[in-house]
Amino acid sequence: MASSGRRARASVRGYRQRAVRASRLSRVAEAWGTLPERTRSLTPVVIVVALAVTYPFYVDSVPTNIPVIKTVPPLHDAVTILVFVMMGVGLNIVVGYAGLLDLGYVAFYAIGAYTAGWLASGQFEQVKVHFGAVGIPSSATGIHISIWLVLLIAAVVTAVGGILIGLPTLRLRGDYLAIVTLGFGEIIPQFVRNGDELHGFDLTHGTFGISPIDPPGFGHTLNSAIGLPVRYDESFPPTPDRLFFWTILALILLTLFCSMRLRDSRLGRAWIAIREDETAAGAMGIPLMRTKTWAYAGGAFFGGIAGAYIATFNSGAFPTQFDFNISVFLLCMVILGGMGSLWGVVVAGTILAWLNFDGLGNIGSWINTTLLPSSHQIDVPKYSFGIYGIIIVLMMLFRPTGLIPERRRKREIEEATHGGPLDQPLYEMRGADEPGAGERGEPGKIPRG
Amino acid sequence: MSEPAPTPAKNDDLLVAMSVRKEFGGLLAVNDLDFAIPQRAIVSLIGPNGAGKTTFFNMLTGLYKPTAGAVIFDGHDVTGKPPHTITKAGIGRTFQNIRLFPQMTALENVLVGMHSRLKGGILGSIFGTPRVRREEREASEKARELLSFAGLRRVDHELAESLSYGDQRRLEVARALATEPKLLLLDEPTAGMNPQETVAFLDFVSKLREQRTIAILLIEHDMKVVMGVSERVTVLDYGEKIAEGTPHEIQHDERVIEAYLGKAATG
Repeated sequence: MASSGRRARASVRGYRQRAVRASRLSRVAEAWGTLPERTRSLTPVVIVVALAVTYPFYVDSVPTNIPVIKTVPPLHDAVTILVFVMMGVGLNIVVGYAGLLDLGYVAFYAIGAYTAGWLASGQFEQVKVHFGAVGIPSSATGIHISIWLVLLIAAVVTAVGGILIGLPTLRLRGDYLAIVTLGFGEIIPQFVRNGDELHGFDLTHGTFGISPIDPPGFGHTLNSAIGLPVRYDESFPPTPDRLFFWTILALILLTLFCSMRLRDSRLGRAWIAIREDETAAGAMGIPLMRTKTWAYAGGAFFGGIAGAYIATFNSGAFPTQFDFNISVFLLCMVILGGMGSLWGVVVAGTILAWLNFDGLGNIGSWINTTLLPSSHQIDVPKYSFGIYGIIIVLMMLFRPTGLIPERRRKREIEEATHGGPLDQPLYEMRGADEPGAGERGEPGKIPRG
Repeated sequence: MSEPAPTPAKNDDLLVAMSVRKEFGGLLAVNDLDFAIPQRAIVSLIGPNGAGKTTFFNMLTGLYKPTAGAVIFDGHDVTGKPPHTITKAGIGRTFQNIRLFPQMTALENVLVGMHSRLKGGILGSIFGTPRVRREEREASEKARELLSFAGLRRVDHELAESLSYGDQRRLEVARALATEPKLLLLDEPTAGMNPQETVAFLDFVSKLREQRTIAILLIEHDMKVVMGVSERVTVLDYGEKIAEGTPHEIQHDERVIEAYLGKAATG
């Protein structure tokens, strides 16, 4: 009897403590809830951006013995990872928003990279064109245009390429479109591989690729005026990687900003409508061909920038970079992240690209040193595509909508706009809430006979 | 509705279809159909299942290209034009099987309907120019009004797929109205409704015509539905027009009764 009373008292005390804790938590949640909507949605973004911007300062002090993942990617790899994330966000416009299955996105990447190769290297030794390029001796042959301008030109050239590829292909739907884009994804790399002998003209330098490509930079004038770096590659390590890192970060933020604005615009609505129901979208006044072509051009635009940027970062454009695997890899990012979900694509893209460049190697060596005997070591990165396949299958089984599913915006209902004479429905329907309600026993419906 | 059917005066008609014909391979779905819709009229197209009503409908809205014949709308030849051009010209429609954009909110569904009436371009949207922002604000405001008008309350931000069946029907009408049509085509709007709901809906259709000054073409295979609301009824059977006239005339037309009930019933 006494012991049960004690137990009861103890449990009451437990409840009380839990209740106090819960109310404290709920007070925090309440305080959070009173913050304006804008602040609440912006906070995580600001935190992530701040962590990313300061990444170069703490990356070297991160311990190298974290279980499983060992360490975070070094700055040089981080730049490549972010370029891939940027392409994922670009592809998201085509696949996620407009629902056009594109298996040849690598073509846009290649066009961007080679545009940079043509306009910022000594590839065309027959001519001598200089415009704003930094640190290039005036005697150098070839076309040397400022990389900033080249990024923009590459974006426009690739967008035009997207339109040209889109015009014949976008009349197709679904699987057919996927197959044709797959074809274009193969044609472009084949073309650059064999483009060293076009009637005796060396356009792409064949399998050797175009190298070196000029580095970005701001030149002496801006350097002395506001301290911007003269030439990225002339700074000592780790500085060039830092500069490249911050630049790609800025480019990604720009891409995300444009993606977001487009998504919420008249054009973005049209894309999503086409994804949802193409026939109905057409019947609601959306010009299908033009709208889909814009989606292609938009995706290509950012793919072109990414391609040109990686070309200047690696100081070269090589045909082996533009493998079909990359198209699939980027598609995996979009699918894993959640079709159409910007943040999902960013998160999934970062994880997948990291796995590809560092993660699998790190995880593999951790498994080998801690789990496996030295006689049975496995080479994890060798199985990379098998592992991605398993990840995709598992995702489809357990979370088919992606890591962060696109949350169709539910803005706060503005009560103010309701009420007034228009609030009165002109007719009422009761019992019509079940599909097929009233289908049977309708007196007026006479079967044909 | 005892007033006589408006006599079709060619120049006045909002829509004129001349000898419109559609063949699918060897199947003749619509056979040289002549059809006219006067301004601000409510006309109906009825007929048994498979009579070619929806095929005809789809030719008016550009989903199908007629094999032969011409469609003149509001003085313009719209024969075989793509759907978005026809929508812009002023024909709005609903679908027999509801075809909303399931993953978009009710408000967004209506905003999509306004697509051809808005102007915001790519650069304007990215930079968020004042003109585009004002346009978007006004469009949302108008979309909310349309939702209320169609009898949809407090569902602006619900996904279309999560709406009840009745609300989905209303949303389709609101979305079609958002295209600012001069002619609204309703394809079996009362399918799946019980008789009371049907009456309420037809009441709504009449009010629609009065408040929005538009013409309405109603497809039904339910005779009773159209009799109360239509000024003129056209009956199709096997792709051919078998009768046309006021509801009263149609109800007493022998060929119509035959098409619906079969020959034995007339004798």
